[in-house]
Amino acid sequence: MQNLLRRIGSRVLAWLQGLGRASVMWVLAMSWVPRWSEWHLLIRQVYSIGVLSLAIISLSAFAIGSVIALQFYTQLTRFGAEDAVGAGLALVLLRELGPVVTGLLFAGRAGSAITAEIGLMKTTEQLSIMEMMGVDPLRRIVAPRLWGGVISMPLLTAVFNVVAIYGGYVVGVQWLGADPGGFWSGMQDAVEVWQDIGKGMIKAGVFAVVVTWIAVFQGYDCEPTAEGMGLATTRTVVSASVLILAIDFFLSLVMYGEFR
Amino acid sequence: MSDEYVIQVEDLCLVRGEKVIFDGLNLNVPRGAITAVMGPSGTGKTTLLRVIGGQLRPDSGRVLLNGEDVCTMSREELFRARRDIGMLFQSSALFTDMTVFENVAFPLRVHTSLPEDTIRDLVLLKLNAVGLRGARDLMPSQLSGGMSRRVALARAIALDPDLIMYDEPFTGQDPISMGVILALIRDLNSALQTSTLLVSHDIHETVGIADYLFVIADGKVIGEGTPQTLKQNDSERIHQFMHGDPDGPVPFHYPADDLTFDLLSEVE
Repeated sequence: MQNLLRRIGSRVLAWLQGLGRASVMWVLAMSWVPRWSEWHLLIRQVYSIGVLSLAIISLSAFAIGSVIALQFYTQLTRFGAEDAVGAGLALVLLRELGPVVTGLLFAGRAGSAITAEIGLMKTTEQLSIMEMMGVDPLRRIVAPRLWGGVISMPLLTAVFNVVAIYGGYVVGVQWLGADPGGFWSGMQDAVEVWQDIGKGMIKAGVFAVVVTWIAVFQGYDCEPTAEGMGLATTRTVVSASVLILAIDFFLSLVMYGEFR
Repeated sequence: MSDEYVIQVEDLCLVRGEKVIFDGLNLNVPRGAITAVMGPSGTGKTTLLRVIGGQLRPDSGRVLLNGEDVCTMSREELFRARRDIGMLFQSSALFTDMTVFENVAFPLRVHTSLPEDTIRDLVLLKLNAVGLRGARDLMPSQLSGGMSRRVALARAIALDPDLIMYDEPFTGQDPISMGVILALIRDLNSALQTSTLLVSHDIHETVGIADYLFVIADGKVIGEGTPQTLKQNDSERIHQFMHGDPDGPVPFHYPADDLTFDLLSEVE
């Protein structure tokens, strides 16, 4: 019994210490203001984290948009309400699936890459030698990646939404034959700028911070061994995904819930 | 505050996990000389360099770098102080995403605002000193172990530091580049009037180059002096280390049960 308590206690302590280190790292890295000579670091990260994720994001968006349209169309036509396909598709995407699926894909594509890259730099002592040269790796390595992710992910979410709606249009209207006027005007009536697009983007911003924070911290804090790196990469993807789903639930509850 | 010593380590104690690494270590590194710290593997020589560089905080004791305590410096002060230190790691730790040229140029680009052609000249001079001017466009993955070490050395001296710390500079070098590195360490020390602290267990090379030696074991300095005085030191432990005898008071084996007992015991 005492042993059990002790083990729980030390687990909790280790977790709290990790959280503390992560918070310090986050504050130090987020307070980074790039100097003139450092902008290229940020641009390079936005390219490798954001631009290079465009292909997988667009492909998934198109697929998801088209299956949602397909399901909505087959169900809604039974009630003669196929005009609602566009509205339903847009709301589901803008409010929930856009930010969530982008976040999950982002964790798998960019998050794991960030963790592995920083982890390998740590394992091969590149971070350590940088420190010894008087260059802060938090500024040089961590901050550009953190900011690169925070900038890229909301933009990727926007791209996801647009491509998914287009995918829904292709399947719903062009293939299954819903009325294009009803599709677009239904969407236009249903979607509100702040309520749907704005709040969806807030979610995307929150997920962006969470995923990149976890990714850089796991890399920076990993055990400098092959196993340690593998574990860190897995942790990034698993904990980022779980957190995205959990946070999404609470954000939806707060932003769209009827109780207030 | 003393101008005589660049580094003063006073009563350093450091415990990591269960293992006591330093237990009241005292050591002074004189300015302008080549000082070597020797000792068997696992005595914390590399750890000592990390403590001096401020990457590890000791449990107690002081480490004075140019008279200022490294252990109480703020993050910013520490990063500023490190600009005057050049360090060569045992694993060369080259930046794998940059060419050899960019690796050496890195400290210059980050810490100075020199024009590009000056940086180019400086980098080529440093690379020439280690004999790798022709390798400037290679990536670190294309270099052999010895070559990476030399590139790392060129990078460590890029800013002409006041203090250069070498961690095992001689391991893995072929005889020719060993000679080059030995000469280079000497020349750098005298030409730039830097202080050198090198950590090694290669006795032959170290004794040949160092002005002053410390031998550490069990977390303490067990002997110090010029190479001549240490060689004539009649303490058993120092004699054993300096002459590389396998048998002596410094154990070769990591602490373990008796071999016969271990072999006869059952598999758990």
